Amino acid sequence: MIKDTPLIFDGKELNNRLFLGTGKFKSKKDVAACIESSGTQVVTVALRRIDLNRYEDNILEYVPKEINLMVNTSGARNAVEALRIARIAKDAGYGNWIKVEVINDSKYLLPDNQETIKATELLVKEGFIVFPYISPDLYVARALVKAGAAAVMPLGSFIGSNRGLRAGDFIRALIAEIELPVIVDAGIGVPSHAAQAMEMGASAVLVNTAIATADSAASLAKAFSLAVEAGRMAYLAKPPAKLDHASASSPLTGFLFKDEK
Amino acid sequence: MISFYEINSILADDRQETVESLAVRANRITRQYFGRTISLYAPIYLSNYCENQCVYCGFNCSREINRKKLTQNEMTAEMSCVAVSGIQNALLLTGDSTAHTPLSYLKVAVETAKKYFQSISLEVYPMEVEEYSELFISGVDGVTVYQETYDRANYLKLHISGKKRDYDYRYSACERIAKSGIRYISMGVLLGLSDIPEDVYELFNHLEWMEKNYPAVEYSISFPRILPVPGTHFKPHPVSDIMLIKLICLARILFPRVGINLSTRENAELRDYAIELGVTRISAASKTSVGGYTGVSKDSLQFDVKDNRSVGEIISMLKAREFDPLLTDWRRIENGP
Repeated sequence: MIKDTPLIFDGKELNNRLFLGTGKFKSKKDVAACIESSGTQVVTVALRRIDLNRYEDNILEYVPKEINLMVNTSGARNAVEALRIARIAKDAGYGNWIKVEVINDSKYLLPDNQETIKATELLVKEGFIVFPYISPDLYVARALVKAGAAAVMPLGSFIGSNRGLRAGDFIRALIAEIELPVIVDAGIGVPSHAAQAMEMGASAVLVNTAIATADSAASLAKAFSLAVEAGRMAYLAKPPAKLDHASASSPLTGFLFKDEK
Repeated sequence: MISFYEINSILADDRQETVESLAVRANRITRQYFGRTISLYAPIYLSNYCENQCVYCGFNCSREINRKKLTQNEMTAEMSCVAVSGIQNALLLTGDSTAHTPLSYLKVAVETAKKYFQSISLEVYPMEVEEYSELFISGVDGVTVYQETYDRANYLKLHISGKKRDYDYRYSACERIAKSGIRYISMGVLLGLSDIPEDVYELFNHLEWMEKNYPAVEYSISFPRILPVPGTHFKPHPVSDIMLIKLICLARILFPRVGINLSTRENAELRDYAIELGVTRISAASKTSVGGYTGVSKDSLQFDVKDNRSVGEIISMLKAREFDPLLTDWRRIENGP
């Protein structure tokens, strides 16, 4: 058996490669149940949704202390707004892992790659560990490497669409060319999508909508965690390449060449 | 996928199977895009002074009602009273009076509201881009401006005098708001003023145009049913519950990510069902008179509240129906460049 090595950010070792988003759940207790059932070690929370006034409605009360909190900048429309949101999060003591979400399009909710690069540059200079959410683009990913991002988080397909890896070919290029961990975020609808992303060589996947809106969120969270683990193991095991034709286990025409041996 | 051209036939069809099939689609889309969350907001009426004569409105300038605008101290009392409930999204409203509630008054209100709320929206008279920009920088995140009706001829009959009579200035307000940098725009028609299919068709066209041209804004829509105001002669066209629910479902199917608001104009039962079908944002324990929360004045409501449940009761209802109530949906940041 091949032994996996942990994914490391900021000195923190992660053995579970499923990251969990916390939006859209019917209750905060469901989030807690999913954290437990999946064994996730990283949870993203939108600063805008943290309710400080009411204990029972504060999502942070449901995230165990040992879980790594990744605050996201949901609602930011440009780099400066992302920076302002990140600073509030840091000042409030939510740590310095920031998922940069800069979205300038309320219909498709596609990330603004240019502003995301700028935000990453600004945030890295201020000492944040930055996880930028992007539309998969090799040039953008290279710029993010240069800017000092901790990882790149390309979308698999439109956020919330559950459509899987529609952008798979572009993500594959990032995995092949970029030295940073590639974490597939958005569009992952079923565990097999997550397994597929991991088999491709993604370092982790982030899932939210599919789990949050399932009839049994905790069960699906567990299923995703297993799929991520299976996909990771398959990637490490280097399965044989897919062929579009048959390949016999023993040569069928060996008899023609027996004199050449 | 439903096209805009099917609006007429859908709105004309009240058969249960039609309504149910719309509802099933709307419910599925809402859950996919919004999950099981419902945002709460609180309207706060600051002033009922008005310079317009709109035949359907309780604040109509020709009506002899007690006029009142809150002083800064009264605003503080009113806002702290609302904030105790835990709701952090405030909608500040005034009648349309640049004389009594000029930009400077609105800015004082916004400064005061910032002490109590994470997100502040305004429902006031339409203004210029520069004025909206000033309000944005002072802390306004959203603006509500309903066209009321898109039937131009009827619009002129309903809005007898005042600046509001200018249909085009009101229509173009959304564009000016978007240019100012404001994050949220809420659009709508008052149901009961004109022919509904035509109004809704135009509202959807307006919204689609705004989405295409100003994609950075988060849009929401409302379908308030206008009710007769006691002491006025105006008789709105009746709008059935089935019609209202079909409109909510249609809006959800045509605009999957757009927020849909439902106020306490509607009764508790209808509101409790509508949150399954596309509504994403509701008000709670609303007072629709100036100073209504502290009891400065109890008369001169803009409209009668039909759902009188407290914020606590609304939260309990949402949790019982397996919804997560969102009392905050924004964390105030410094607005502007």
